[in-house]
Amino acid sequence: MPSFDETLSRLQTELAGRILKTDLHRGETTLFLDKKDLVSVCQTLKSGYGFNFLADVLGTDRFTDDDRYEVVYHLRNFSESGFLRLVVRVDEADLTVDSVCGVWKTANWEEREVFDMYGIRFNNHPDLRRMYMPQDFAYHPLRKEFPLIGIEGSIPLPAKE
Amino acid sequence: MGLLDKQIDSGGVVITTAENVLNWARLSSMWPMGFGLACCAIEMMATMASNYDLDRFGIIPRPSPRQSDVMIVAGTVTFKMAERVKRLYQQMPEPRYVLSMGSCSNSGGPYWQHGYHVVKSVSRIIPVDVYVPGCPPRPEALIGGLMLLQEKIRKEKFGVKHEAV
Repeated sequence: MPSFDETLSRLQTELAGRILKTDLHRGETTLFLDKKDLVSVCQTLKSGYGFNFLADVLGTDRFTDDDRYEVVYHLRNFSESGFLRLVVRVDEADLTVDSVCGVWKTANWEEREVFDMYGIRFNNHPDLRRMYMPQDFAYHPLRKEFPLIGIEGSIPLPAKE
Repeated sequence: MGLLDKQIDSGGVVITTAENVLNWARLSSMWPMGFGLACCAIEMMATMASNYDLDRFGIIPRPSPRQSDVMIVAGTVTFKMAERVKRLYQQMPEPRYVLSMGSCSNSGGPYWQHGYHVVKSVSRIIPVDVYVPGCPPRPEALIGGLMLLQEKIRKEKFGVKHEAV
C-alpha cells in the first residue's frame, strides 16, 4: 500500500500548475487554489488520489482589502489515513465560488452554512438557502463588521400576551 | 400510613375546601412537557431519571403540550426557536405554568453580551412562574424550583386567574 506521504508528493508534482501555494504546518498540508480550478482539482483529488471524504467546508473573514474571504475544505483519504486542506480566496467584488456538491454530496449543507454566515454564493448549488438563520434575515452574522450583540429588531420576536 | 389514610380510617370523611382539593391535585401531578433546548435538558433528564426520580413528586414528562401542565424551558432560546416555544405554550391547556431553567432562558446567560441569535430571557415571549439559576442548574436546583412552583400552586385562589411575570 502506498503511504500517504507518497500520494501527497505525487499530487503536488502532478497538480503543480494548478496550485498557487503550498503550506505545511504541524504535518498538515494546505493547498491554496485559484477558485476557477477548484472543482477540477477536487475531481482529480477524489478520483486519482483517494480523497473520498469531504470532512468540512468553512469560511473565514480575513478583513483585508483584497481577497477578503477564504473558503476552506478539509479532505480525508480513508484508505491511507490522509488529511489535506484546500483554501480558495474570494474577493469582495465577486463573492462566488463554484460548488463542489457534484464531487462530494456532503458539501450541500456545508456550503449552505458558509453562505448563511458569510454571504458567499456557490455557483451550481442545488439548494442554496440559509442553514441556521431565518430565511428573511438580512445579514451574514460571522462577517467582521456584524456586531457581536446582533442588530436590534433584525429578527422579530413573537408578541407576549 | 399517610395523614389521608388515617383520616379515612377514622370514619371515612375528610373535610376541606374545594380550593384545597383542586390545588392539591394540581400540585401533586405537575406534568411537564418533554422537551429540551440545550445542555440544561441533559440535567433535566438526569433529574427525571432514577437517581433523583421526579416521579415521586408526580412529575412525569408528557409527549404532547395538550397533556402538559408545566413547561420547563431547559436551555438556550434562540430567535428561531422563540416562535416554536410560544406556539407550544399556546397549545397547553390552562392552568399552565412555566419554569425557566438555567441562565440562558433566564436572561440570555453567556450570550447576554455576545450573541446575535439568543433571546435575552424567555420572559420576553411567555410569562414565567419560577426561575432556576445555574449554568446548568444541578438536579437539586431544578427540584427546588419545582417545589417552589408547588408552593405557588398551593396558595392559588379560586376564580383568580393565575399570574406569572
